[in-house]
Amino acid sequence: MQNILLPVGAIAMALLLFGLVVALAGVNPVEVWALLFLGAFGDWFSWQNTLLRAAPLMLTALCVAIPARAGLVVIGGEGALVLGGLACAALAHAVPLPDSAAGTLLVCLAGALAGALWVALAGWLRQYRGINETISSLLLAYVAIGLFKHVVEGPLRDPSSLNKPSTPALSDGLLMGPMGTSDVHWGLVIGVVVCLAAGWWLRLTPSGFSVRVVGANPRAAQLVGLPATRLVLLSCALGGAAAGLAGAIEVAAVHTSANAALIAGYGYAGILVSFMARHNPWAIVPVAILFGGFGAAGSLLQRRLGLPDASVLLLQGMAFVLILASEALRDGAWKPWLARIVRGRSAMASPQGDTR
Amino acid sequence: MTADQWIIFLSGILGGALRVGVPFLFVSLGECLTEKSGRINLGLEGVLVLSAMTAFGGSYLSGSPWIGVLAGATAGALLATLHGLLCSLPRVNDVATGIALMILGMGLAFYLGKPLIQPQAPQLPAWSLGGWSDSSAVRSALEVNVLLPIGLVLAVLMWWAFAHTRLGLLVRLAGDSASATRALGYSVSGIRIAATAAGGFIAGLGGASLTLFYPGSWNEGISSGQGLIAVALVIFARWSPLRCVAAAMLFGGAGAIGPALQSVGIGWGYHLFNIVPYVLTLLILAITCRPGTVVRGSPGELSSTR
Repeated sequence: MQNILLPVGAIAMALLLFGLVVALAGVNPVEVWALLFLGAFGDWFSWQNTLLRAAPLMLTALCVAIPARAGLVVIGGEGALVLGGLACAALAHAVPLPDSAAGTLLVCLAGALAGALWVALAGWLRQYRGINETISSLLLAYVAIGLFKHVVEGPLRDPSSLNKPSTPALSDGLLMGPMGTSDVHWGLVIGVVVCLAAGWWLRLTPSGFSVRVVGANPRAAQLVGLPATRLVLLSCALGGAAAGLAGAIEVAAVHTSANAALIAGYGYAGILVSFMARHNPWAIVPVAILFGGFGAAGSLLQRRLGLPDASVLLLQGMAFVLILASEALRDGAWKPWLARIVRGRSAMASPQGDTR
Repeated sequence: MTADQWIIFLSGILGGALRVGVPFLFVSLGECLTEKSGRINLGLEGVLVLSAMTAFGGSYLSGSPWIGVLAGATAGALLATLHGLLCSLPRVNDVATGIALMILGMGLAFYLGKPLIQPQAPQLPAWSLGGWSDSSAVRSALEVNVLLPIGLVLAVLMWWAFAHTRLGLLVRLAGDSASATRALGYSVSGIRIAATAAGGFIAGLGGASLTLFYPGSWNEGISSGQGLIAVALVIFARWSPLRCVAAAMLFGGAGAIGPALQSVGIGWGYHLFNIVPYVLTLLILAITCRPGTVVRGSPGELSSTR
């Protein structure tokens, strides 16, 4: 129950706080809340926009969630995403592919492979060199973005893309089409299916269970002889594959070529989605739709009320902080803490008290 | 390259080390202080961006760059205090909070800083050390940020304070053993919150030097991970403020390779040279860290090194 109540409460608080901030700028907060809802879920048009943004978010959130279950905080999903997009465009450019679903599958696999290798590198650096994976994955993300820009503006640049450097566009047969009459592409289905599969894998398979043991209790994992290093690398590779797939889908379904528009912050928003879903892949699906909705409503806030485009980033930051703070309310963890504060210094002298 | 080009290139690197190194220096000193108390603040990236915006805004509105510097540092201290307070709550993890504050800091800065992208704010004065040279490249490379001497003094001061003062000892105590600190009757959370806030203030000076000296304007791409590199720098500097100075200058120089090559007419691989600092950080971490062991000099309570 508190798994739902705490995040919902945190989001509500974030919306309230956000309303307060825009009120200071002289904008009616009620209007902002109404537009946030309308822009995200108001009509079919908004829903399509929301779902289009939710699709990559689901996959980049998995890039945080799966390693998190193995005990790692990986935040470099953005790097895996851009390299996935680049690999997708590069394969389509370098090799003549069948102009069919098989070709689309191949470019998506290329993207997933690139992402998997990139995040597995962060896992490798942790296991074999002892480097903190949070720092290394984010540094690797900046490296990936630099490599991406170099290749897109250099070796793979389409000469006809003048002021917006891009790789040559994918041929029409390779593109991922919309579902039925809607604007929503098949990437959404892929995102949902991958999330469901990841949740099923973690919950119901021996290898998924082993990954969770390594994350929850490394000592126990060591005692029963689980191959911790291999499992950590596996979880990183799977997470990276999801983010790389997101990049490939964005290229194949939205941008048609790899260019700077791919660097849109989905990797960073995915961190928030995963934390809010408590790294549970099944919970990622609704949370990604919610934050996809906020993203979709952002442009409406900008157009109708003249709010800066960073409004959504601010809302995300507030939500993130409040969601983490809400952990203190779980299971009444705050009660002994408060008692200690109230009792003051004498209680602090007890060396048995918990350190955090 | 001809001899003249070599001079231009090398003075570009030197100038870069002095200019680009300053934000690295302040952020790594701030992070060093925070980590010495036993917490890691990944949110310094957000602190850097927010204080850069606030410093620019303060200088633009008041007309005095020094008021801007103070405003930036204060904003940094406030955001860092939020980090310190949140981490003192039960069950709240400092790494995750840092990521959240990174996003919050950027969100606040971009939201409030939108109207500041166009205007020009009064800049900090430069300190000319290159009068002895005939080469204009050398002279412009030695136009040094006035915040640099402040940073150097601060580094020495911190090094001395950690070793010789009661306050420095308390910070190190909280970082090495929370139970020993409690046994002596001090509040671990109190010390850590204070150290985190002071670290944010110092990092805020780095933000101010970004918008008020070099590059000297406010835009949303003002920091691309400098705050985070600085966190890694502290590991490389093995938590010594003096080694932070050397590390910051090294990284400033590495970051200047791309622009320096451009200044002698080599445009190829601009983006590749821009990733040199990140790759260098990773390489240095790979050399200094060992799996299963704690890096020498690391505070015992630090969650990132355990």
